[in-house]
Amino acid sequence: MQLEFRRNKDFWTGAMFIATGATAVVLARQYDFGTTLRMGPGYFPSVLGGVLVLFGIYLLAQGLRSNDKIEGTWSLRALVVLPLSLVMFGLLMDHAGFVPALMVLIVGSAAASSEFKLTEALLLATGLTAFAVVLFIWGLGLPYPLLVGW
Amino acid sequence: MDLFHNLIFGFGVALSWQNMLYCLLGVSVGTLIGVLPGIGPLATIAMLLPITFNVAPVGALIMLAGIYYGAQYGGSTTAILVNLPGETSSVVTCIDGYQMARQGRAGPALAIAAIGSFVAGTFGTLLIAVAGPPLAEIALKFGAPEYFSLMLMGLIAAAVLAQGDMGKSLAMVAMGLLLGIVGTDVNTGVQRFSFGITELSDGIGFIVVAVGVFAIGEIVSNLGDSERRTVFADKVTHLYPTRDDLKRSAGPIARGTLLGSFFGVLPGTGPSIASFASYMVEKKLAKDPSRFGRGAIEGVAAPESANNADAQCKFIPMLTLGLPASSVMALMLGALTIQGIQPGPDVMTTRPDLFWGLVASMWIGNALLVVLNLPMIGLWVKLLKVPYRLLFPAIMAFSAIGIYSVNNSSLEIYLTAIFGVIGFLWIRLGCSPAPMLLGFVLGPMMEEHLRRAMLMSKGDPSVFITRPISLLFIIATVGILIAMILPAARRRHADISG
Repeated sequence: MQLEFRRNKDFWTGAMFIATGATAVVLARQYDFGTTLRMGPGYFPSVLGGVLVLFGIYLLAQGLRSNDKIEGTWSLRALVVLPLSLVMFGLLMDHAGFVPALMVLIVGSAAASSEFKLTEALLLATGLTAFAVVLFIWGLGLPYPLLVGW
Repeated sequence: MDLFHNLIFGFGVALSWQNMLYCLLGVSVGTLIGVLPGIGPLATIAMLLPITFNVAPVGALIMLAGIYYGAQYGGSTTAILVNLPGETSSVVTCIDGYQMARQGRAGPALAIAAIGSFVAGTFGTLLIAVAGPPLAEIALKFGAPEYFSLMLMGLIAAAVLAQGDMGKSLAMVAMGLLLGIVGTDVNTGVQRFSFGITELSDGIGFIVVAVGVFAIGEIVSNLGDSERRTVFADKVTHLYPTRDDLKRSAGPIARGTLLGSFFGVLPGTGPSIASFASYMVEKKLAKDPSRFGRGAIEGVAAPESANNADAQCKFIPMLTLGLPASSVMALMLGALTIQGIQPGPDVMTTRPDLFWGLVASMWIGNALLVVLNLPMIGLWVKLLKVPYRLLFPAIMAFSAIGIYSVNNSSLEIYLTAIFGVIGFLWIRLGCSPAPMLLGFVLGPMMEEHLRRAMLMSKGDPSVFITRPISLLFIIATVGILIAMILPAARRRHADISG
């Protein structure tokens, strides 16, 4: 049977758990392990990391046997654009103000869809931002400047 | 009549005009998001958290609870009219509900769903009122070993009963527990896994993980799949079920309510399990099982009662033990903590207005849902026509404002983005994130109770099986595991030999 690793669901799941568990165990070595009676801060994370590695090995083995494929598309466009819009929102909230941050977030998010239309997104962003300003800033009194230095 | 007295007190709290308003707001928003596929109660509650900061705890909880059970009502509307479950719990309702709609009987289907939900909601509310106080009394006697065993049982049950591969779900619980460790260790003050980032010394925010994984991960996943909807809305003419419909539905509603209440108290079982189980029961009991799948009204009545009873009863462990039985309940615990209330068995005595006010409001909310929803079905159907490409940027906007407003921290926004990517990967890899979230919430508490139990017993782990209540939880945990592993192993064996 030919194994195809690139889309092997359980293989990659197992690999992810092993990597996470191993990282946790390694990092937890900096913290005092303690004894069963007096557990140090390293006890719980080390044990959990070990458990995670064990599950990872089991799933990896299961993947080699069952060879189930990952289903669905990777929607790379959304996977890059959505987090990026959030990061922009964070940056603009700190440095530019509520209105630009929200406008960029909404137009940016809309661009994650393959049905994106710029004018529609701009209209949506304007409407939602106006609503959010009324509700959150004026209504609930959240203390954010609408536009920094204005 | 203590119960009677308490309920009157509760209605006094719930009937104040502010709390009525929050209840109405909650159930309306709940129905709305229940109708809209692709946005669930979890993301909505996370989005609305900044609004609840400015509201008294009672009002906040009433509103959040309304969103939760309102979503169960709304989910059935879409299932029946569009064959598209607005919530996962309505998947089963699609089977016969949509067939009824195609036969022009959408009205009776919707009405029976509403009546069943109302009966179940009333029963669930009563159950909370009756069972809550004694349960809390028992819980007050719990020591560290009992709490640890109880949490262990909850987490294992959540993982085992979650949809999908059991090994993955158990691993996700461990993953959640690990994520919960991030931050300052309470006992020693050591910073764990915080990588020198000051904001992480308080741990990763619950809302960050919840919104990242559930809202953003979900949106990314949805954008990959295309959608298609056919609405059978024009055919909703007469709402009233016939006498025969009512007669056929009475039994299924009663059984669905009982089953849903049973599953509701169990941790980790979502409303989808309750509704599925009750559908199977009705099909088994039916004289003519072939009617199921072709528009049998029992197939709408039973699951709709079951999922609403389940949603109501999920509040029992949360209110009496301070333990979340589902991820939505975990979020409500988070909301209470932000309000400065430490959830647990003493909430009932220290904040009776909170407990009894919420119980009374849930009954009022259920009544409001029946009164409001049936005439407004036309409106909900119109909302269904809002395309997803306009909907999800709005979800993004409100989520981002919600997260930022908790600590005024842009770092939490960046973390949410990261968890969005991770959440999407989990979805694609078939790892259900709900058990992870429960582990994440319970992680710090569990570690604390484990350490305390070990100090108490001088390092002897047998403390978990020598104390009777703790032993009971351990036996239940092992029982659940065996019950799930055995059939799976047998099936696999059959697969190989067959």
